[in-house]
Amino acid sequence: MTDSKYFTTTKKGEIFELKAELNSDKKEKKKEAVKKVIASMTVGKDVSALFADVVNCMQTDNLELKKLVYLYLMNYAKTQPDVAIISVNTFVRDCEDPNPLIRALAVRTMGCIRVDKITEYLCEPLRKCLKDEDPYVRKTAAVCVAKLHDINAQLVEDQGFLDALKDLLSDSNPMVVANAVAAISEILETSDTAQSSLEMNSNTINKLLTALNECTEWGQVFILDSISNYNPKDDKEAQSICERVTPRLAHANAAVVLSAVKVIMKYMEILDINSDTVTMLVKKLSPPLVTLLSAEPEIQYVALRNINLIVQKRPDILKTEMKVFFVKYNDPIYVKLEKLDIMIRLTNQGNIAQVLAELKEYAAEVDVDFVRKSVRAIGRCAIKVEQAAERCVGTLLDLIQTKVNYVVQEAIVVIKDIFRKYPNKYESIIATLCENLDTLDEPEARASMIWIIGEYAERIDNADELLESFLEGFQDENTQVQLQLLTAIVKLFLKRPTDTQELVQQVLSLATQDSDNPDLRDRGYIYWRLLSTDPAAAKEVVLAEKPLISEETDLIEPTLLDELICHIASLASVYHKPPNAFVEGRGTLRRSLPRNQSGEAPLGETAAAAPAAPVQQPTVIPGVDSLIGDLLDMDLGGPTPYQQQQMMNQMPPSAPAAQPQGAIDLLGEGLDNLLGGGGGGLDSLGGLSDIFGSVSQSSFYTPPQEVWLAANKGKGLELTGTYARRNKQIFMELTFTNKAMQPMMGFAIQFNKNSFGLQPASPLQIQSPLPPNQSASVSLPLNTQGQVQKMDPLTTIQVAVKNNIGVFYYSCQVPMHVLFVEEGEMDKKDFLASWKEIPAQNEVQSTINNVQHNADTVSQKLRNNNVFTIAKRNVEGQDMLYQSLSLTNGIRVLAELKIQPGMSNFTLSLKSRVQDICPAIQQAFDGILHN
Amino acid sequence: MIHSLFIINSTGDVVLEKHWKSVVNKSVCDYFFEAQSKLSNPDDVAPVIATPHHYLINIYRSSLYFVAVVTTEVPPLFVIEFLHRICDTFEDYFKDCSESILKEHFVIVYELLDEMLDNGFPLAVESNVLKELIKPPNLLRSITDTVTGKSTSVSDTLPTGQLSNIPWRRTGVKYTNNEAYFDITEEIDAIIDKSGTAVIAEIQGYIDCLIKLSGMPDLTLSFTNPRLLDDVSFHPCVRFKRWEAEKILSFVPPDGHFRMMSYHIGASNTVAIPVYLRHNISFRGGSSGRFEVTIGPKQTMGKSIEDVVLEVPFPKCVLNVTLTCNQGKNSFDPVSKLMTWDVGKIDPAKLPNIKGNITLQTGVPIPESNPVITVMFTIQQMAVSGLKVNRLDMYGEKYKPFKGVKYITRAGKFQVRT
Repeated sequence: MTDSKYFTTTKKGEIFELKAELNSDKKEKKKEAVKKVIASMTVGKDVSALFADVVNCMQTDNLELKKLVYLYLMNYAKTQPDVAIISVNTFVRDCEDPNPLIRALAVRTMGCIRVDKITEYLCEPLRKCLKDEDPYVRKTAAVCVAKLHDINAQLVEDQGFLDALKDLLSDSNPMVVANAVAAISEILETSDTAQSSLEMNSNTINKLLTALNECTEWGQVFILDSISNYNPKDDKEAQSICERVTPRLAHANAAVVLSAVKVIMKYMEILDINSDTVTMLVKKLSPPLVTLLSAEPEIQYVALRNINLIVQKRPDILKTEMKVFFVKYNDPIYVKLEKLDIMIRLTNQGNIAQVLAELKEYAAEVDVDFVRKSVRAIGRCAIKVEQAAERCVGTLLDLIQTKVNYVVQEAIVVIKDIFRKYPNKYESIIATLCENLDTLDEPEARASMIWIIGEYAERIDNADELLESFLEGFQDENTQVQLQLLTAIVKLFLKRPTDTQELVQQVLSLATQDSDNPDLRDRGYIYWRLLSTDPAAAKEVVLAEKPLISEETDLIEPTLLDELICHIASLASVYHKPPNAFVEGRGTLRRSLPRNQSGEAPLGETAAAAPAAPVQQPTVIPGVDSLIGDLLDMDLGGPTPYQQQQMMNQMPPSAPAAQPQGAIDLLGEGLDNLLGGGGGGLDSLGGLSDIFGSVSQSSFYTPPQEVWLAANKGKGLELTGTYARRNKQIFMELTFTNKAMQPMMGFAIQFNKNSFGLQPASPLQIQSPLPPNQSASVSLPLNTQGQVQKMDPLTTIQVAVKNNIGVFYYSCQVPMHVLFVEEGEMDKKDFLASWKEIPAQNEVQSTINNVQHNADTVSQKLRNNNVFTIAKRNVEGQDMLYQSLSLTNGIRVLAELKIQPGMSNFTLSLKSRVQDICPAIQQAFDGILHN
Repeated sequence: MIHSLFIINSTGDVVLEKHWKSVVNKSVCDYFFEAQSKLSNPDDVAPVIATPHHYLINIYRSSLYFVAVVTTEVPPLFVIEFLHRICDTFEDYFKDCSESILKEHFVIVYELLDEMLDNGFPLAVESNVLKELIKPPNLLRSITDTVTGKSTSVSDTLPTGQLSNIPWRRTGVKYTNNEAYFDITEEIDAIIDKSGTAVIAEIQGYIDCLIKLSGMPDLTLSFTNPRLLDDVSFHPCVRFKRWEAEKILSFVPPDGHFRMMSYHIGASNTVAIPVYLRHNISFRGGSSGRFEVTIGPKQTMGKSIEDVVLEVPFPKCVLNVTLTCNQGKNSFDPVSKLMTWDVGKIDPAKLPNIKGNITLQTGVPIPESNPVITVMFTIQQMAVSGLKVNRLDMYGEKYKPFKGVKYITRAGKFQVRT
């Protein structure tokens, strides 16, 4: 007796027959009929016409029948809301049933009935079930809250179910806790308003950790994910959480393992990098990750995508495990491609021989995509490990000899990059490459070959013939090939002007007259004009030395990487995109890694508070997301690194000192909006004021430069800086240090919206290119006409710096006193009136310790920094200084400084209508007086 | 969490759909079919497929695709693990999870799916809990059902294990013969290069148990050489703290079959490779080629190698092979181009050998690389890592159980490049 018989009724009038059976008096017949209905339902047949008849069967003691009817109800209630309402009574009754299984079943089912009218009736039974004596019912009810929230969020919040859910976090039964966590995370996923009421604190985290050991594997995943969203208050807490989470790494369930990895990866950021804990954690992370690779291929795939992120963030973890990423020939293709990617990331001088031997094997496989990627990987190895470059080139040559079409094409594309990386080393193989000219049919391979011919035109005797042969089909070529061909022929002409004049004229006319493509046309015109006005300059521009290409390719941008590390184990980690980029209806919340507070961050809070604050309190700073978006736009606006490289190929900025602005315009990089539209004229003024400024206001307190962007975060670009004020102008003093192996150029800077509207008043003028191991300093004049957006802390400035390598983000604190304006002096009377006008509760007092000055020198020092002493009084042996200052945005601050002769501690009282700025002002006073 | 599940067969029909939240239209599967149609090999469908509104996370098992539909940011491994668990449960209930079996037991399948997830959250997944809720089909019951005219496949009492601290074990288990069997299975994953040296060799080990013990036994299992195990994953029943501290497995076992532990012995340890292959495969111009392979034992600690099977996936341009072997049977599938040689047991005195000619398609370039040979074998009574159980003790119950340990070494993904 099997169930397949239910599927076999295909007669006409089936529904009619079922109806009769459902209304039969015989219980057995009824049940059989319901089973048939369900069978039809599961294969997608529409049996909604039987709704009333099926619901009628609901009042039964037979649990199996009850379940089947419930199944049917869940599916069809939406289409028949009016009839569905008759089921409410049964639900309410079932919720009171002495059998906990029935109570739970009822509360489960009613949450699945997505009909508003019914939902309202269900609140009372649900409330009861949340407090049920049986944990099985409680845990089912917890999930029901999430279901209800999905249907009607407002109702759930109004009815106080969120608090009830939060109470369940302290339940004695770990399963109930796990389900409550699951429900909470689902609610948080869709609702921003629930955020505040469901915030985790160290107390709840503790309860979760206790439940973690005892609940099911699925519950463990929910709990671990929830813990990973919590930001521990100090490294001690982080360490203890890590210790309690590490046993999960040995769980048989891969999802538990990866979620535990996420928690540890995130919390390690807070711990001191050199501590034993971190060393131990790094050691413990490796085996479970390797184990994931012996699981089912689907699990391997997700694991590999995550490992890709992990090795970028912490290469230490898997550095000795190269071999486990070797490809088995029957791995599914999606696993093969991911393994290859990770192999390249782990390649180093020590293991290159093995890797290369493997890659050579792979290049002989049958799967085209995989073979292509393997060939490309060989090229990447050559670029990454210099010692192995020669062997890699040899391998590539062997592969070219196979004459397999797609292998040859891929090889040529990567050989082009190898030429770029090691100029004047492997050019001897050009002849071999040229033999394969005819077989190239892919644009990228053709473009690469043309580039090679143009670049080495002087060594290829028949370069003109070769290029001419390409020219014949110019109109039909891909744009990439056309552009490359144009440049190559111009290069050829500059190298061998005598016999190639005709060719160059032909290509220029093809590009400018016969093409609809604006890029091609513009480039054609530029070359034409250059060649006709000043061939020498053309030579300098077109044939200039090319910058070296960097070693690591397609690394994920560091801020994105940090964000993705917080999303390990999630879909985001599979797509390598932040969740709000692809998950619908997701809140604007973005996660970021916590920072180590004891680290070298100069002000402590500078590094720690700035990135963390926006995450925890999105309500304080509206539109954090759009802010970050702004910064990221810059990335999108400009060309991608690859395009840039392509650009560099064609027109390296050989004479940047002469007219950098011009060169940028020519290249059409769209930097204009990025540079804030400032004119170049201001620059000379800035220079002048520099001289005067340094004479007249030498005693203005300029804080020492601090590291804003460490070299390891900036791909070799180290940025130190400070703020200064000279001649009524605010400056950002920046020192760029190139710690990378290649020259940097194309610098630009952009500020995010900030509390004071600070923005660059003129474009960044910096020596470019900046050769390796050199520094350049620049004073960037700032104005306060930018867009205003309140930051927390107030003085945070988020800055994006761009160069040819990438876009880097950092945030720094602007010392408040650079914003004090010269016109801040007040009349005594006005001062008194203002002082009285500002309510007393706005007064903020603080102490400044250890100042080695008397009242007069203090007064002078502050005056130099635009804090003006209005009056000085002596009360009971104490000196009282009354001072005023004004900020760039017009906010006035009144200060009273109490100085006791002989004592080094001063008392500072500040009064302002805007209280928020007081902490920053206190800090500024502190800085000035200690200078 | 998991919104819906579609079970799709190899011809692209939806065998079953189940929705845990609102109904997602079947048409969402079109995105899956689109991805599937681009690939020649059914294994190659990417596990995560994005569609405009949903994400399809799928696994491929028993020639069926299990496609889960999710709409929110969920851990994909969670879904994948769960899908595998669903299959495991079906196999547990019906011995198999093929399309025909699922159709046959369709009502139970549906009830199981309904019981396993609630609103997309796992509800009752442990086999013993499920079996108390929904009884697995068995012949005797279906006869009594037919006779008495009622079905008893759904229990109406709350399963006991569901909420206890040991959800994997039900109370009141009783056996007349109390037995505990442990199977230590080690699989060698290896890639052997042309010259016969191992590019990579590692061991994937499993300890599978069959426990039929009454009451609430508390077991401890110790090894003579636990140092070997530094990368382990455990069934939830194993007390991790004791393992960390004493390297002892201490646990209250589930009833019946379960995998207690799996371990991985990585490439840093040297792994003894028990077989070697001598091969001479060549493709010559003029549409022919030679094929000869001999297999022999190596480092087997005196144990014999059994169930040896060789699989050779020939390149597409091979038309046929004419091979003769001195032992076992060989066959060639002209469609998939797979040659299978079922060798059987290796006799060290007379090494199994296969040789013959390859016929190539004319006018097609000769293949540039030789096929990778997959080798399967089993060695009884040996764990290749040398892992050995020291003793098994039982606490909490008075009776004396019968204990047994079995060691097996097998080829995992064992590939020889030629």
